[in-house]
Amino acid sequence: MNVIGARLPRKEDPRLLRGRGRFGDDISAPGQLWARIVRSQSAHGRVRELDVSQAVTAPGVVAVVTARDLPPGLVIPVRLAVPGTDLGRYLQPVLAGRTVRYVGEPLAVVVGDDPYACEDAAELIEIDIAEAPAVLDARTAPEHVAAELTAGYGDVDAAFSGARHVVRIELAIGRHSGVPLEPRCLLAVPDPDAGSLSVFGMTKVPVFNRDLLAGLLGMDEALIRVHAVDAGGGFGVRGEFYPEDFLVPWLAATLARPVKWAEDRAEHLMAVNHSRQQHHRIAAAFDAEGRITGLADEITHDNGAYCRTHGVAVPELTVAMLPGPYRVPAYRGRVRVVLTNKTPCGTYRAPGRFEGTAAREHLLDVAADQLGLDRIELRRRNLLTPDELPHQRPITTLRTDLVLDTGDYPALLAAAAREADRLGYHALVEGSGRGGPGTGPGRTGGGRLRGFGLAMFVEKSGLGPHETADVTVSKSGAVHVYSGGTSMGQGIETVLAQIAADALGVDPGTVRVVTGDTAAQPFGAGSWASRSTVVGGSAVHQAATAVRQRAVELAARMLEAAEEDLGLEGGSVAVRGDPAIRLTLAEIAQGAEPAGGYLRPGEPAGLSARRRFEVSHMTYPYGAHAAVVEVDPETGQVRVLRYLVVYEVGRAINPMLVEGQLRGGVAQGIGGALMEEFGYDDAGQPQSISLAEYRMPTAAEVPPVDVLVSQDAPAPGNPLGVMGAGEGGVNAVGAAVANAVRDALGLAGAVGQLPLTPARVRALCEGREGAV
Amino acid sequence: MKDTHAISLKVNGRRHELVVEARRTLADMLRHDLGYTGTHLGCEHGICGACTVILDGAPVRACLVFGVQADGADVRTVEGLADGEQLSDLQQAFSDHHALQCGFCTPGFLMLAEAYLADADRAPELSTEQARELVASNLCRCTGYQGIVDAVLATAPARRPHGNPAGG
Repeated sequence: MNVIGARLPRKEDPRLLRGRGRFGDDISAPGQLWARIVRSQSAHGRVRELDVSQAVTAPGVVAVVTARDLPPGLVIPVRLAVPGTDLGRYLQPVLAGRTVRYVGEPLAVVVGDDPYACEDAAELIEIDIAEAPAVLDARTAPEHVAAELTAGYGDVDAAFSGARHVVRIELAIGRHSGVPLEPRCLLAVPDPDAGSLSVFGMTKVPVFNRDLLAGLLGMDEALIRVHAVDAGGGFGVRGEFYPEDFLVPWLAATLARPVKWAEDRAEHLMAVNHSRQQHHRIAAAFDAEGRITGLADEITHDNGAYCRTHGVAVPELTVAMLPGPYRVPAYRGRVRVVLTNKTPCGTYRAPGRFEGTAAREHLLDVAADQLGLDRIELRRRNLLTPDELPHQRPITTLRTDLVLDTGDYPALLAAAAREADRLGYHALVEGSGRGGPGTGPGRTGGGRLRGFGLAMFVEKSGLGPHETADVTVSKSGAVHVYSGGTSMGQGIETVLAQIAADALGVDPGTVRVVTGDTAAQPFGAGSWASRSTVVGGSAVHQAATAVRQRAVELAARMLEAAEEDLGLEGGSVAVRGDPAIRLTLAEIAQGAEPAGGYLRPGEPAGLSARRRFEVSHMTYPYGAHAAVVEVDPETGQVRVLRYLVVYEVGRAINPMLVEGQLRGGVAQGIGGALMEEFGYDDAGQPQSISLAEYRMPTAAEVPPVDVLVSQDAPAPGNPLGVMGAGEGGVNAVGAAVANAVRDALGLAGAVGQLPLTPARVRALCEGREGAV
Repeated sequence: MKDTHAISLKVNGRRHELVVEARRTLADMLRHDLGYTGTHLGCEHGICGACTVILDGAPVRACLVFGVQADGADVRTVEGLADGEQLSDLQQAFSDHHALQCGFCTPGFLMLAEAYLADADRAPELSTEQARELVASNLCRCTGYQGIVDAVLATAPARRPHGNPAGG
């Protein structure tokens, strides 16, 4: 039975299709109170007065809490620390005390019987803030630099001074966020007699958050249980430890009552991590043949008001991953992390890569035109070749050495070019009357301009250093997997079931997967950084393989046969050559019971195994994106007509899910390339606090996405040969769309800024090129 | 003093009688008073469509309707689509075409499409463009919409005309 590689229907689907999912706000506890967070409406200022006296006496209110009521000095620590950086002064307090630094910063919490009553009472709190000037432009705020990071190697200055060609562009990336469809929700249920606490709604890294919460509350971590829930999308933002992740459990423990908090969309858009906003000044040096001799990027990263759990991981990833799939003899990436009076930042799917890929790939298109080379040919000349891999760069990121492990980058680029041609992408552009790249824009009948854009990239995935899985066969013969990964919609239950079923030779339908429950799997490292299939899957593979070996060992004992004469297939261990002599996994599990009669003294009962997969390096998938766009120069509207992703995953456990990840990523990328942006007015008031203002793509803006999943380069660092697929769909969309729009408009320079909103595109059409 | 009203409505064919505050939304009433938690709230301002239910035959945003407005109405929610353990054709098509990932927006898309496909005149004739336009009513952050469009298109031809041929 070939379970791996099969397009099996998802185990998650039936409950979700029936409305039987268990999302955070679907769960309630008897006697539950509701919390409402009161947030700053000023971007920057000193809190002169916070008068809660009217709110406290409002109907249905049980408590109102401000910073004065909390243990002193509480701040949210960094989860992903970059060695050599000290961000202690920039961490966010749980509730603001004397100073507020962004609109949306938590100031107080109202707790009451009913969410409507809590909102009423919240409006009775009188807040007097002495407003101070707001810092909103990171590029003009050198005194607000929280950290400066550099990655690189080689003699960059010599490369540029001796270059035949030097090409420079500037590119700004807009401020985006993951915006999952389910807002955040937390329910904390205390058991005062047991001294324990149950928490519902912490996803992504539940064990880390449990341990952090235990430390902040002064509790034993084993007395806190984070329960598994469904999560309505993660994308990097959900499940990090936010101020609310302390407040809600602390309130529950303090009030000795269950407390629920369900955020509304407006607070989500100003409270949850933002991401992406960077300004790049990027330059490349080339020799006479168009080979890159040096690459340099000066980046300003707008991190918002505080450093949160990701610390400076996003800017670090930006400079670490910037050289991408190319042979770059000398490189310097420098990023200044600037604090501004905006919502603090963290990761959003393909953090640092959406930004860096856009800057690098846009630069290469401008360079190709200046050097008089075909844009794909310029890339081909500079791509690392298979014989140059593994390729170690003297760069570290996320505490790992950057080693591009395997692949054939030129072959994938050629495959992407062929596929785009086969699908008629070029014909679609040429058919609009254009004479080819560099000959000026082609127009359709309606005066619209079409263009083709391509971008190449390297992703990263499978971040360790470890993941744990338990696999158990119960007495009925069902297989239970307890993984440290978590489910946020990516289909992890299905994928892990396929991996376990493959190792055990059972029907995946008999495998049940539990994720995100800290009691069921207390050593999990969570789902993020495209790590679940790689490290979580490898742990399940190892544990299931160990169960298989144990089943054969026990069966040998039970059948009085030699282990080497036994084989496991179809859920039974049988004597090879005499399949009538067999034991089902159920029978073996029964034999492994304490009173089963087959255990030796001191042997642990049960047919189960716990295994920890450890890995010190990430694995690096890679791909190419291609887009055909149509620009209306009158309105500035950009439509993506066709989109192609070609992506290497090593091995696809379930190709349907890989394609789904890629297609969904493209949709988010189109949002970031054309539509989505958190704007602020001059006073620091956010201009995008509803989904009418933060415009995400609908089916009208996302074309059918062509996907070619490549399985030519199995990852060498894990037993399954898999690479992550979660972020390859979004990584290069900004780059491909920017290149396509530039092609359509026939620009000599760069587009200047993403997203390419109608106003910016009109400005480009009117010759205000590169306006930022 | 709360402004409360005693109302009666049918949800998925079952009658409920309850007292609700005038300002309580239909979505909150369905979820928290009646336990139909399959109806999800994604924005509470009518953009995302995750809370779409069918109110007297028409798809509505349950976050923009007050519970009292459903007095005497017939409401269908996602919990009413399947026939016992058997998924409906539309639900099955969603699974077959990988039209869902996190599943949070899914009930809204199902009810939106169900209301559209229930119109006997238009369902079998649904074009790709019409399906895309229909699906563009709601937001999904996971799938990129292709699977949803395909699932709706795959279901449409099998929906045969039914009900009152005169159109009521």
